Amino acid sequence: MKKLSVDIIVIGAGPGGMAAALKANEMGIKNILLVDRLPEPGGILQQCIHNGFGLQKFHKDLTGPEYADMYIKQLKNSNIQVLLQAMAIEITHNNRVILSNKADGLIEVGAKAIVLAMGCRERTRQQVSIPGTRPSGIFTAGVAQRFMNIEGYLPGKEVVVVGSGDIGLIMARRMTLEGAKVHAVTELLPYPGGLTRNIVQCLNDYDIPLYLRHNVIEIFGKDRVTGVKIADFGEEGNPPRKTFEVSCDTLLFSVGLIPENELSRMIPLMMNPLTGGPFIDDTFMTSKPGVFICGNAAFVNDLADYVSLEGEIAGVSAAKFALGNYQNDPRIPTVAGQNVRFVTPNFISRNDSATLYIRVKSPITDVRITSSKNIVHIVKKIVKPSEMIEIKLDKEMLKKIKALPASPSGGKEFRIDVGQE
Amino acid sequence: MSDKNNLPAGRQTDRKFTCIMCPLGCTVTVKSDDSGNILEIIGSSCMKGEKYIRDEFSAPKRVLTSTVAIEGAKFDRLPVRTSDFVPKDKLFDLMKEIQKIKAKAPIKIGDIILKNILGLNVDILATRDLSL
Repeated sequence: MKKLSVDIIVIGAGPGGMAAALKANEMGIKNILLVDRLPEPGGILQQCIHNGFGLQKFHKDLTGPEYADMYIKQLKNSNIQVLLQAMAIEITHNNRVILSNKADGLIEVGAKAIVLAMGCRERTRQQVSIPGTRPSGIFTAGVAQRFMNIEGYLPGKEVVVVGSGDIGLIMARRMTLEGAKVHAVTELLPYPGGLTRNIVQCLNDYDIPLYLRHNVIEIFGKDRVTGVKIADFGEEGNPPRKTFEVSCDTLLFSVGLIPENELSRMIPLMMNPLTGGPFIDDTFMTSKPGVFICGNAAFVNDLADYVSLEGEIAGVSAAKFALGNYQNDPRIPTVAGQNVRFVTPNFISRNDSATLYIRVKSPITDVRITSSKNIVHIVKKIVKPSEMIEIKLDKEMLKKIKALPASPSGGKEFRIDVGQE
Repeated sequence: MSDKNNLPAGRQTDRKFTCIMCPLGCTVTVKSDDSGNILEIIGSSCMKGEKYIRDEFSAPKRVLTSTVAIEGAKFDRLPVRTSDFVPKDKLFDLMKEIQKIKAKAPIKIGDIILKNILGLNVDILATRDLSL
């Protein structure tokens, strides 16, 4: 087996991995290996040809490929080694990464620090258990996006979208512009899963109906999808108050994303069931010293911009670790309080600045976000599960968090609550 | 989406919009007369939102992104965008023109693929490098 030794290996060359590698390089680390299974860097950005990227990070309205290009150009001008069409298939308990590619077969990479940036996967029809036949014409929204935007195939002409995640909304518009008819977007919840701007610009602009509290409950067709049965669950929930059938030849699923963490489980890292990613601290280190993670592999983000920012933090931390001057004590756990589905990172250790991200359980208006000892106090008009909330912690706040008294149960904790004014 | 009231003709029309300037997503109603003059904007909670709604009412604009066929590259499709905002009601006409384009590799990001499309003073630009 071919053996390599590097300072830092970054697994995944999407917006998180590229930002991590570049930041670590900027910190003076020369020997960095950035690995991706695709034939080019950029990850899923390359198929996201729509605009709306970079508004936070670059204050520009970029398309996915343009956003990726900002980093790819920097990679070309750096001494980072980029290894493409190579799959990381294992990480051993002593932090050695096994890669597989065509030219070398297996490669064993020893690294002082590892950054995991594998991104996430789409949930499929199987994971939302929709009964019916198993014809062709059923895709996840992201697979349909790749077929259209990179391979150049229109997946179908008469479309129903199950779920109102952002990729489903983007694809409803994309297919409409290419001549397909999108008959319906269904969403089981009473509110949409995607961003408001996508509801307006992808559905309303094209008069595509969004059916809230509705779900596809049966799929018809032998060789190809011929239609679906949609149930209206109303406010009462199950059983549905009525059902109706829609003819279609294509069904897209946009029913959520799952952080991709097979490698993390092999190490094994301690996993957070609420995010689907590993437990992390605010330097983006996992439960295993020297193993860092960023972006959608850690938890599903709304924007690529956030992913890159996290990649930068993970890159800085991995660089410090490789240089032997990484410190992260003491670690104060963060706790999701009232109305909070999750808060991440799970531990606060930094003293300079840190950012917490929270997702709420349901939409709430006239909101007050508070924390232990009122260190955080934010008033907002509205919060929604589809829009992650950023909480920036400065030096003073971090000092107060570190000085929190121990809770009755023993340890210290920093709790975030979301309540109504 | 428009939402017409059942008022007698020649009076005023209500159209509803969802503001996208911030996560608040205000539902805003624009009252207008027969000649399209705005009489009243109801439900907007900031100046930025009100301006967006005025533009959406009188001349909605979008950036259009799509792909064009490309020869001699590692992929068959090249992603493209309009160089500036285009009128919303021209999107499908623009798509018809974009679908006719055949680009030839190598292409650099920002290359003009089609100049002044439909005389709108807007170009179609490549949004990535693409070669073999």
